[in-house]
Amino acid sequence: MRNIAAVFYKQIKDTLKNKTVLIQFLMFPVMTVVMNNAMKIENMPENFFTELFSVMYLGMAPLVSSASIVSEEKEKGTLRALFMAGVKPSEYLLGAGGYIWAGCMAGSLIMVFFGNYTAGRILFFLLIMALGIFFSLIFGTCIGIASRSQMAAVSLSVPLMMVLSFLPMLAMFNHTVEIVANFIYTQQLQVLLSGGTCGMIKTESWLILAGNGFLALFLFAFIYKKNGLE
Amino acid sequence: MISAEHIKKTFGDREVLRDISFRIPRGEIFGLLGPSGAGKTTLIKILTGQLAATSGQASILDTRAEKLTMSQRREIGIMMDEFGLYGRLSCYDNLKVFALLYGIDRREIRKTLAAVGLSGSEKAPVEKLSKGMKNRLRLARAFLTNPRILFLDEPTAGLDPATAEEIHALLLERKRLGATVFLTTHNMTEAEKLCDRIALLDKGHILESGSPQEVCRRYNRLKQILVHLSDERDISFPAVPASAPEISALLAEGTVETIHSSEPNLESVFMELTGSKLNG
Ligand SMILES: Nc1ncnc2c1ncn2[C@@H]1O[C@H](COP(=O)(O)OP(=O)(O)OP(=O)(O)O)[C@@H](O)[C@H]1O
Ligand SMILES: [Mg+2]
Repeated sequence: MRNIAAVFYKQIKDTLKNKTVLIQFLMFPVMTVVMNNAMKIENMPENFFTELFSVMYLGMAPLVSSASIVSEEKEKGTLRALFMAGVKPSEYLLGAGGYIWAGCMAGSLIMVFFGNYTAGRILFFLLIMALGIFFSLIFGTCIGIASRSQMAAVSLSVPLMMVLSFLPMLAMFNHTVEIVANFIYTQQLQVLLSGGTCGMIKTESWLILAGNGFLALFLFAFIYKKNGLE
Repeated sequence: MISAEHIKKTFGDREVLRDISFRIPRGEIFGLLGPSGAGKTTLIKILTGQLAATSGQASILDTRAEKLTMSQRREIGIMMDEFGLYGRLSCYDNLKVFALLYGIDRREIRKTLAAVGLSGSEKAPVEKLSKGMKNRLRLARAFLTNPRILFLDEPTAGLDPATAEEIHALLLERKRLGATVFLTTHNMTEAEKLCDRIALLDKGHILESGSPQEVCRRYNRLKQILVHLSDERDISFPAVPASAPEISALLAEGTVETIHSSEPNLESVFMELTGSKLNG
């Protein structure tokens, strides 16, 4: 517990000075607040910006920040120093991952707070975000572990981030894209975030989400086993 | 305190360490000298349990290096390049992370920073520090638990003489407090000044070991007499009786400006050792 807390402490101190991570945490929440207040278009669906940006947020922020944080610690040798001081890889991942998850949840809270939701709906929204952030976090950590350098991690996470965050938006305009996007958790979560309730969701959506979850965990186990954390 | 018995290490089919044995008693500063690629860092990694030896055994505090417990690890401070610092964090916060890990009191952080002369830079982000200051912070991190044993991989590499001097003083202070120090260096003069005992490592072999004075005395035949002539020429003679007639002839000519004796130092011993190996 002490070790996880120390990793958490390091992250708190680092984030304010780490532009890559800070921008990831803040960009979409800030955009949501600004757009909700600045743009008032006739017939615009309610909570349009919150719904649009929240999916991008969960596909992007946890992915990029975890890939960047883990790969940087590997590259700079700070991870090695932590391990020599008795931190176990699982403790490191819980500390760093827990921090990113918490940071993104705080961002989600801002986004939902500036929308117009009932209390029950807010809870539902946050639950969906929690799940999506967790998925992206695992994929990002996989990239961080597999990359030799922070540069390599960035160049791997950018294309994946594009697919995860932009495909659901493009799916609104193009049916073929939608068919592909349906297999990705961000698309499925978007349906839930933009007004859907669990009753409305088809069994196959749950299967796709479960499939994505298994893929994430399997990929993580495989990459961790192959590369280790050093 | 620290012992190595017949340690061998190969990477693939490359032999990096071949049959290394030594024993370092408590309270000694031990210097491992050798050129780049000699295997110094590899040996530190094996001694501290970061790397498994291919064969042989390393022990610290009478425990095999790979079996050290967490509380034993706290007795060992390690400083090496591979252990990075958090660039964006301040000096204080860098140590705070490790103080949290070790459950060390906050006052200890300030005390350690003061001990390495970084009191004025507590809040400075590490990436803004000079190389010498970063080295001091690495040292501070190794000192944080007040360890009984220190492993320092090239603690003064790339530092100006004044800063290196300050680091020597810090190490001597640790020794005074009872610590055992294992350090590596390329710098023969540093080793002569600082170390109680040294070992010369080259291509994975220990060529010589003992106190710096002992090692030099063993190569006393390298002693030279240097004659500086008034026409700026330098002539050196082996310090043997046979050189006497030539030197006195020069003296008789009246062209001698100065005469010096040059004792063998670790530098010349090392040259002799590796040079003769090359020739042989
Ligand atoms: N993980 C590794 N895999 C393969 N070869 C390695 C590995 N680590 C070290 N070596 C090789 O072992 C040799 C000794 O390396 P080492 O880093 O111990 O030398 P060193 O004496 O510390 O040198 P320097 O003074 O430059 O730090 C080198 O030739 C290096 O290439
Ligand atoms: Mg080295």
